[in-house]
Amino acid sequence: MKKLVILGAGSAGTMMANHLNKKLDKAEWSITIIDEYESHYYQPGFLFIPFGIYKAKDVVRSKHDFIPKGVEFILKRVKTIAAESNTITLASGETLPYDLLIIATGAKINPAETAGLDEGWYKDIFDFYTLEGAKALYERLKTWTGGKMVVHITELPIKCPVAPLEFSFLADSWLRKKGLRDKTELIYVTPLSGAFTKPTSSKALGYLLEEKGIKLVTDFGVMQVDAEKKKLISYDEIEVDYDLLVTIPTNMGDRMIEESGLGDDLNYVATDKNTLQSKAYPNVFVIGDATNIPASKAGSVAHFEAEILTENILLFLEGKPLKPDFDGHANCFIESGNGKALLIDFNYDVEPVFGTFPFPIIGPMQLLRESRLNHIGKMVFKWIYWNMLLRAIPIPLITAKMSRMGKKIK
Amino acid sequence: MVQKTLAGKNVEVNDEGYMTTPSEWSRDIATALATEIGITLTDKHWEVLEYLRKSFNEGVALSLRKVGNSGIVDIKGLYSLFPGGPLKKSALIAGIPKPASCV
Ligand SMILES: Cc1cc2nc3c(=O)[nH]c(=O)nc-3n(C[C@H](O)[C@H](O)[C@H](O)COP(=O)(O)OP(=O)(O)OC[C@H]3O[C@@H](n4cnc5c(N)ncnc54)[C@H](O)[C@@H]3O)c2cc1C
Repeated sequence: MKKLVILGAGSAGTMMANHLNKKLDKAEWSITIIDEYESHYYQPGFLFIPFGIYKAKDVVRSKHDFIPKGVEFILKRVKTIAAESNTITLASGETLPYDLLIIATGAKINPAETAGLDEGWYKDIFDFYTLEGAKALYERLKTWTGGKMVVHITELPIKCPVAPLEFSFLADSWLRKKGLRDKTELIYVTPLSGAFTKPTSSKALGYLLEEKGIKLVTDFGVMQVDAEKKKLISYDEIEVDYDLLVTIPTNMGDRMIEESGLGDDLNYVATDKNTLQSKAYPNVFVIGDATNIPASKAGSVAHFEAEILTENILLFLEGKPLKPDFDGHANCFIESGNGKALLIDFNYDVEPVFGTFPFPIIGPMQLLRESRLNHIGKMVFKWIYWNMLLRAIPIPLITAKMSRMGKKIK
Repeated sequence: MVQKTLAGKNVEVNDEGYMTTPSEWSRDIATALATEIGITLTDKHWEVLEYLRKSFNEGVALSLRKVGNSGIVDIKGLYSLFPGGPLKKSALIAGIPKPASCV
């Protein structure tokens, strides 16, 4: 019996377990998936928790509910991968051999990368990239009476690069509803040259910050946080004061990747951006946030990757050449506040543009424009995630490769 | 896209002045681009620019952390070489795309 092992049972690992369970010959192959935690989080839902729109119960399920019968699930931490000898070692000390390995261990925040963050952590400084952080921020916002609210990105890449913008827009709506907008200065601090950096998006969406009165601080490379004086301090000694800091700390791959000698300076695994094969070992494939490819770290990306990776693994097992089919396709709803959202659909080569989705002209979704229907789309995504994406049920009309139909591409 | 004359050569740049064909880049063009934004290139600048072009050709995304770990200059040093916006300015002079997010 040959062994296929999947590391990580988050979005990407679970999708792969479901795809491969349907496709692999069970007389020849066994499939094992390993994760250290029992809870599966719907991470896009974390965004809504600080504002009381979602509760913890909306975003947590048991991983057992999504791993198909016929796939072995080991609930343990993976300590290291020894790719030279095709084995992995668990934290409990056992060693498991594999014939084919899929790394899907994702990315997580690492506040320790920024000096001073820990001193104010969950006092005046919060994240919303973990359930714990989002819940603590919900509690803090209950007692918010006004002041400087700073939304801050430490460095890139981060999971769901639009989430901090969405947070700012939702915070604006929430503050208005609570009658606290006049008393709150809302400031967006980014290491990039703007809140929007792609030409079409900057032109189309720049108005959003202005309309909502969100102040923008750009090119800000944070050197340290002074938690006592409540200041962000940059490398060129610019200071931004805060009363409440909502930060996206450095995102990194799991330290197991580093300890296995497989990562770059942020513990991401070197991966072919079109085939999803590891650059170092042909029988190791990488999917989701764990890769170093220049695609967005998003659940929708993991979904498109999973379809292509499944095909490529089957080709690999038949000894055939892999298809370079992953084009960086991402499809993301962006909450813009006041019950509206935007939709973007893009890939490595095509930036987000105007148009309709999925059909030309009739849509019904509008690309790069605010609408209530897009907001409904964002909220329906939770149901799609739990019921279709994780179970590898194809979504009608939405293809793994980006479609150019309906898009106004220059 | 617009055509622009830099160091006597016609090159194509985007609306923000970034070169769209990295292979058209030369040291003379870099010097001209730097002068336009008030930077006089020193040996340290050149080391950074060469590192950026090499990383770009290898498909590595540009980040403060990467340059800081390159052994050429630390992040504070990078801010003093390219004041105000080290990544966007060094990328402009190196003739490679500006670091960007998805929108
Ligand atoms: C606030 C927020 C908002 C988001 N919004 C959106 C959105 O609107 N749309 C969208 O498409 N995406 C969104 N995302 C991104 C999306 O959630 C991720 O891209 C997606 O979950 C990535 O899947 P993954 O499988 O690569 O990683 P994960 O789902 O994070 O799974 C990784 C798994 O690996 C396990 N693991 C890691 N290391 C080990 C180890 N050593 N041993 C054992 N197990 C290990 C972890 O426990 C985890 O279960 C958002 C993310 C956040 C944080």
